[in-house]
Amino acid sequence: MNRLSWFNVTSLTLGFAFLYLPMVILVIYSFNESKLVTVWAGFSTKWYGELLQNEAFLDAAWVTVKVAVLSSTLATVLGTMAAYVLVRGGRFLGRTVFSGMIYAPLVMPEVITGLSLLLLFIGIGLDRGVLTIVLAHTTFSMCYVSVVVSSRLMTFDRSLEEAALDLGCSSFMAFRLVTLPIIAPAVISGWLLAFTLSLDDLVIASFTAGPSATTLPIKIFSAVRLGVSPEINALSTIMIGIVTVGVISASLISKRNSLRQQRDEQAAARTA
Amino acid sequence: MQRFALIAVPYAWLLALFLVPFVIVFKISLSDIALAIPPYTPTLDEGFGPFFAALDFENFAFLASDDLYWKAYISSLRIALISTILTLLVGYPIAYAMARAPEEWRPTLMMLVILPFWTSFLIRVYAWMGILSQEGFLNQFLLWTGLISAPLTILNTTTAVYIGIIYTYVPFMILPIFSALDRLDGSLIEAAEDLGCSRFQAFWLVTIPLSKNGIVAGSFLVFIPALGEFVIPSLLGGSGTLMIGKVLWEEFFNNRDWPVASAVAVILLLILIIPIILFQRNQQRQAEADA
Repeated sequence: MNRLSWFNVTSLTLGFAFLYLPMVILVIYSFNESKLVTVWAGFSTKWYGELLQNEAFLDAAWVTVKVAVLSSTLATVLGTMAAYVLVRGGRFLGRTVFSGMIYAPLVMPEVITGLSLLLLFIGIGLDRGVLTIVLAHTTFSMCYVSVVVSSRLMTFDRSLEEAALDLGCSSFMAFRLVTLPIIAPAVISGWLLAFTLSLDDLVIASFTAGPSATTLPIKIFSAVRLGVSPEINALSTIMIGIVTVGVISASLISKRNSLRQQRDEQAAARTA
Repeated sequence: MQRFALIAVPYAWLLALFLVPFVIVFKISLSDIALAIPPYTPTLDEGFGPFFAALDFENFAFLASDDLYWKAYISSLRIALISTILTLLVGYPIAYAMARAPEEWRPTLMMLVILPFWTSFLIRVYAWMGILSQEGFLNQFLLWTGLISAPLTILNTTTAVYIGIIYTYVPFMILPIFSALDRLDGSLIEAAEDLGCSRFQAFWLVTIPLSKNGIVAGSFLVFIPALGEFVIPSLLGGSGTLMIGKVLWEEFFNNRDWPVASAVAVILLLILIIPIILFQRNQQRQAEADA
């Protein structure tokens, strides 16, 4: 069924126009000279210049990146451990509760997660700041990491690990030398997912951030509430640009790796 | 020993930062508001006796007696339901066309659907503010084509909330439906047509039932987050758009009434349990069917 009817062509065109036009308009109008966002008054990059002068935005951006790096790294370690426990851990006391706690945050409304964490931090007297945002982000993103990693763990051939153990590896060495290299792509995409989730989060950060630390989404949200502004358009364009370059290069790299792997396997098959 | 540490570390983390906070929310929802900061009583300091004695269902009674909360829950459910149906209507044709596209296009099409996921949710919602406003691009375009003679008010209405939800969640709908349709054996449709079905009948009697799991999964993936949505109603919706996520936020940040905010959260959670369980069951059934 490789022919596309006019109906399919129309729905693809309209569908992708719907998905991408709003962002294209946003990007185009970030280069607008006028302060009025919906009236075109000529090309200019002045809003980017103003953005770079805006200390508050730069500070918030720095906090956001710091939080994202810390929380995604922690989440990757914890999430990979959790995935390993779920897939290879066998039976242990409270396994159902554990898997419930892994899947529940994925469907929990953010307002509830944020509220509950804030009440916890206040209850134990922890000052709200970078640390509390990192703790909050790690908690929900480790669940995403563990879902990504466990789906990879489930599909891989266990006999490879058993062979390593038979050949005298300790279980930690078997994990490091055999399991980890095989699940590495999933671990990396888990980290990337955790990183973007953290960059993106407004609601949970609003609950857990204190006056000492504001993240970029919180800043954007409070600016945007007052209406559309060309500076935010410029900021959005930068963020969209980074994401696009990142995702496309990640997919090119993984494509090249899988091609190389295929070639290696073919070469191995020929020499065998 | 190693195995114990491997289990204990993530387990303890989730207990401390996921389960315990919920217990606290539940506890505070049963407490009275007090003037002291933090604004809730009672605490466990005096032991269990006075702790349980001081708990009551006052906040829940308050929620039940105040129209605002009832209306907010009902209107969230209605908005989530209608936008799920609309998202299905928008997403299904896209997923269908993707599954029918030449095989070498499909990975690229998939990536184009996933790409917006990686873009900030806030920015995607914000993009619509410039489009839907009174002097925005949609009104400019419609005035230019002559379809309307005066600008429409779309921003700050419930319509804008529907558009925002469809836009941000349609990838969640497309992907599971696409993966169901992608696996669908084309010869089944040919067989149906050979046996005298019209194209539409074949679609209705063969394609739709065989993509049912995808439709169900996609619908839950849209419905569940839409129900507690905060960003979309607060940026695109107006004062007439009541959604419970926004009510909870305002109760907490503006009114600083933590016990009531907690009670709102507990009820939202109770409402969500049913669709979440149904969703889990659908996923399990699908996993068994795949195995």
